[in-house]
Amino acid sequence: MDTNTPLLDLQDVRKTFRAGGVRVTAVAGVSFMVRPGTITGLLGPDGAGKTTLMRLCAGLLLPDAGRITALGFDSRADAAGIQQSVGYMPQRFGLYEDLTAQENLDLYADLHGVPKAARRARYEELLRLTGLGPFGRRLARDLSGGMKQKLGLACTLVHPPRLLLLDEPTVGVDPISRRELWLIISALAARGDTGILISTAYLDEAERCGHVLLVHNGEVLDQGPPADFRARMTGRSFFATAAVPGRAIQARIMSDAAFLDAVVQRDGVRVVMRAGAQLPVLPGIAFAPVPPRFEDAFVERLRAASPMPPAPPAAAPPAPATSEVMVEVHDLRRFFGPFEAVRGISLRVEGGRIFGLLGANGAGKTTTFRMLCGLLPPSSGTLTVAGIDVRAAPAMARARMGYMSQKFSLYGDLSVAQNLAFFAAAYGLRGARRAERLRWASDAFELAPFWNTNANDLALGFKQRLALSCALIHEPKILFLDEPTSGVDPLARREFWGRINALAAEGVTIMVTTHFMEEAEYCDDLVLMSLGSILAAGTPAEIRARARTPERPDPTMDDAFVALIEAHEAQARRAS
Amino acid sequence: MDWYRVQALVVKEFLALLRNKASRMVLIGPPVIQLIVFSYAATFNLHNVPIAIYNEDAGAAARQLIARFQGSPYFSIERMPKSGRRIRDIISDKKALLVLRIGPRFSRDLALHRTARVEVLVDGRNSNTALIALSDVNAVIQAFSVHWAGTHGWRATPAILVTRAWFNPNLRSRWFIVPGVVGLLTLVVALLVTGLSVAREREAGTFDQLLVTPLGPWEILLGKALPGFLIGSLEATLIIVVAILWFRVPFMGSVLALYLGLFLFLLAAIGVGLAISSASATQQQGLLGVFLFLVPAVILSGFATPIANMPLPVQYLTYLNPLRYFLIILRGVFLEGDGIAILWAQYLPLVAIGLVTMTIATWLFRRRLT
Amino acid sequence: MNRQRLRGLIRKEALQILRDPSSIAIAFVMPFVLLLLFGYGVSLDARHVPIALVAAHPTAQTSGLFSGFRQSPYFRPRTYADMVAARRALMKGRVDAIIWLRPDFTRTALGGGAAPVGVIANGVNANNARIIEGYIQGVWASWLAAQARERGQPLVVPVDVRSRVWFNPALRSHDYLVPGLIAVIMTLIGALLTALVVAREWERGTMEALMASPATITEILVGKLVPYFFLGMGGMALSVVMAIVVFAVPLVGSLWVLFLCAALFLLTALGMGLLISTIARNQFVAGMIALVTTYLPAFILSGFIFDIHSMPWPIRILTHIIAARYFVSTLQTLFLAGDVWPVIARNMAALAVIAVFFLVTVARISHKRLD
Repeated sequence: MDTNTPLLDLQDVRKTFRAGGVRVTAVAGVSFMVRPGTITGLLGPDGAGKTTLMRLCAGLLLPDAGRITALGFDSRADAAGIQQSVGYMPQRFGLYEDLTAQENLDLYADLHGVPKAARRARYEELLRLTGLGPFGRRLARDLSGGMKQKLGLACTLVHPPRLLLLDEPTVGVDPISRRELWLIISALAARGDTGILISTAYLDEAERCGHVLLVHNGEVLDQGPPADFRARMTGRSFFATAAVPGRAIQARIMSDAAFLDAVVQRDGVRVVMRAGAQLPVLPGIAFAPVPPRFEDAFVERLRAASPMPPAPPAAAPPAPATSEVMVEVHDLRRFFGPFEAVRGISLRVEGGRIFGLLGANGAGKTTTFRMLCGLLPPSSGTLTVAGIDVRAAPAMARARMGYMSQKFSLYGDLSVAQNLAFFAAAYGLRGARRAERLRWASDAFELAPFWNTNANDLALGFKQRLALSCALIHEPKILFLDEPTSGVDPLARREFWGRINALAAEGVTIMVTTHFMEEAEYCDDLVLMSLGSILAAGTPAEIRARARTPERPDPTMDDAFVALIEAHEAQARRAS
Repeated sequence: MDWYRVQALVVKEFLALLRNKASRMVLIGPPVIQLIVFSYAATFNLHNVPIAIYNEDAGAAARQLIARFQGSPYFSIERMPKSGRRIRDIISDKKALLVLRIGPRFSRDLALHRTARVEVLVDGRNSNTALIALSDVNAVIQAFSVHWAGTHGWRATPAILVTRAWFNPNLRSRWFIVPGVVGLLTLVVALLVTGLSVAREREAGTFDQLLVTPLGPWEILLGKALPGFLIGSLEATLIIVVAILWFRVPFMGSVLALYLGLFLFLLAAIGVGLAISSASATQQQGLLGVFLFLVPAVILSGFATPIANMPLPVQYLTYLNPLRYFLIILRGVFLEGDGIAILWAQYLPLVAIGLVTMTIATWLFRRRLT
Repeated sequence: MNRQRLRGLIRKEALQILRDPSSIAIAFVMPFVLLLLFGYGVSLDARHVPIALVAAHPTAQTSGLFSGFRQSPYFRPRTYADMVAARRALMKGRVDAIIWLRPDFTRTALGGGAAPVGVIANGVNANNARIIEGYIQGVWASWLAAQARERGQPLVVPVDVRSRVWFNPALRSHDYLVPGLIAVIMTLIGALLTALVVAREWERGTMEALMASPATITEILVGKLVPYFFLGMGGMALSVVMAIVVFAVPLVGSLWVLFLCAALFLLTALGMGLLISTIARNQFVAGMIALVTTYLPAFILSGFIFDIHSMPWPIRILTHIIAARYFVSTLQTLFLAGDVWPVIARNMAALAVIAVFFLVTVARISHKRLD
């Protein structure tokens, strides 16, 4: 096999769509190649054109200009040829939920013409690779999110493809399953004859790729091995520590123009300097140099390309730790039929804190969260929010809480103004007070340019802002955030956390669930759930400390999560 | 209950319905199409029925009889077969619905003051059309017969039928169908507006967002019901105006009686819609639920076929159907000039059904919450 | 077409049908329930019509005429003392018609003749009123004949109409409504089955994976069509059995012709469903379009219950593009008249044209592309 012949070759590919009478450019002159034995990562913010590129490569869309050659077939002339031999896994891989894992595999084996004789060996290999062996006869709908993605990958691989196109295969998957998926993908690339193009929203995954394409607004901003990206940032990354909590340091740092980026991490803040800037002297803050990451380069390139300025996180005084208990939960249980989803948990959250709820898919964190917001009645146990028993006086409790869901639930056919006006009225705001809060939402979230735009037509980042402003319109004392940053790109995520930190500084209690372990570092307190009960509770540092081993003296939150949950699940399996 | 918040809900509901192109279409398109199609196509009055006449008689009397058929708007003479052997094929091949056979002695018998025979062969595959066509044929021949008896000095029969139809003297079935369409479309609109509203919010996730506001279940339900009332009464009014001005259906009774009926009917229909809505998790289930209610409700309402023709157990079933009562009110007010006093027997069941369905809707809605 | 791929697609679809109760429910429960509902709910045969009998001056003559109404199975007469009471009963809907004999009825009838028999019908339901009038005429005519026999002088009227009804001599409305209903119901079911399943694949994202596989558009479409064709034929068989067993409709024609026509018709319905869902790509919209474009037109414009000849010409032209129109006519002919080839061949040709049109259109507008 000639390793220099590219499996996929894009030359100046362009694609536009017509959306509501306007031509929107999705891909604007992209050229790149995928070679055998390499993993090529496609990274970029939402709406950068990643999915369109994937579909173009699979021959599902035709380019307006330029040419795509995959495995020697031209996508315009011979899309059928491409589809014969390429493995493509769409973002929501189409598993037939009412078919078993085995039946799904059979279907794709039939579609790809895998001869009956060759199937046994192939199935065995795939099931071993994905660890799905024991689940062959289970319906796809009964598999967990991570297992579904692995089954989807297995279906794509049933006919060993020489070119594999994976569109965000790890989105919405917990850290453990993500690691397993990457093991499979890396093993495939290591064999040397297969080329892989993978798009992802997780920047840490870029480090696992051999070659990375940074896409923004349909253009390739930059490409090369991740090491090259890192190398450019050498000497600009530091770890800042001080006696105050990380969030407070971050607020101080981001007000200084010398810094490009600041992310709360462990017991301090990871900062990146602007190119050529001098490290300023800030009293009480110590800086230690750290090795650069791919993410640093990503943020720099995107900040340079994006016209959107980073939102200034409000520099507020550190959180006044009110002694008021905002959430108190005692022996909370929830059954779904005979299944006990939440097994008697107790926790308390104090005012002005950011409280994080973590857990793998199916750990019971969503159920717990819904009970806390009053969306699901508990089977037993007590539950008070802002000093009010949620079950006894739901309306009173709700008037004091704000809620923002993962889906940014807004009325899509209503304009920004109409959404805000409705929620203001629903919370009983009227007259001058209502007008004042609407003005606040417009100013604080920079929504004025979109005031009369339908919520559906907003970009994802702005949907998130609108959803947050609706949740805050009545100035709640406690804010519930259910995976608030899922699907949102790193820049919008930073801006969002800036706002959340500012809110916490003003004394609003924040209760949050998330899949991004790095975001767990923003929290003051964490609870890690597994199989319906609380596995660990404490500050981020305390949680990390529990996963400390001689081999890994300084585990990241991601490591801690994986280690603690795997240990707990293994223990549960032994017990049963 | 906070009216300010309910008002905000209603405004939001209207905006969500009217700012979306698809739901605007659903609310406006089908009712207009149905009104036109139903009113023009759904008629039992026959026009231009294709017939064939096999005339074996050469006399003038037969020609006079045929001329009467030629002049009738009910019939269109498609064939004049020369031989009796073709008759069977003409009917079974659907070339004509009926064949009129005038025997060779028709004129001679009449001249001799003897009863002349005419034979009519009808295609009974659609027995209703066959019956109507037969009665139309009978009417034409009867008129001929009476005229012949009068002008040729025949003795009269002991008695003759003098028929009059009240409320609808020309027996136009459009007068019967169009008021029915008012009821039917009001039901469809009310069910569509309310039946999918909760499920739509559930799918979009906005339902959770609503539930975390201080809005109580009663307020949310009222916010969902009121737009149904407003849109339902507006569309009903529009159709009533079209029925009167365009289709010229006489309006004899009191407007008050009609709108009292409309209000109570909407109460019942919206109760059903909200119950379906609360029970269904997805819009598709909601749509299926609406359909499963709508079809039997239309069939068992007396809209197209009389309830009195149904088997007794099915007739009892119709007492549960709000459309049954509303159709009686509509036709009573339109054609018979009924007022409130005469319609009590229809209002009361509607009130009862409305209360029961609203209670079920509230119960289902609250159960979903807890 | 690759046989292995096609087999794989068909097996997948069949497994989904078996696991998902909703397809089975649409194919079998829906025709069962709808047929029962319509079969019992829709009847145009008036029976036991309540009528008011008013004789201003009762005599042997009047009661002779009235006894004819009492013996008729069509009527449930009530005697009223005067017209005021009878009118009130008509207004309140207690009776559907009034038969009114004037005080001088007996004298005129026995004398010069042509004594008027007043018939006042409630014309609100025009169709019903006409049917009732027909029944009244029948009673009146047999009374005239009886009178003539009694007096020994033959009844002499200029023209006497002898009518014979072919194919359904008893004029049972069930016998023509039930076959028509099968057409209406199968239109809805055929379209609904395919309209929802293709849209479902778009919604769940499985279509994108299929598109990116080596399967061709024809294979994907045929893979959809074949399982639902058999499912639809199952529903059709159930409906035919119910028509024969439950509603006792005689099947004069031959079974194989019936199933040949049914197969052809099912192709048009499935093709229409495929077209709808290819355009809609969304279960909700597809379901909505399927309901509006199949159920109502099949009900109103197919000639199933309303006579097509009597419609205004623009609507008459419209009925030609409705497949149910041809199937209704075919079914009524097959059930009641037998294998009348001129009618059946004409209808089958029309159905074939429509089926080919839908299937070709679907194949042409579906590409293996997402834009």
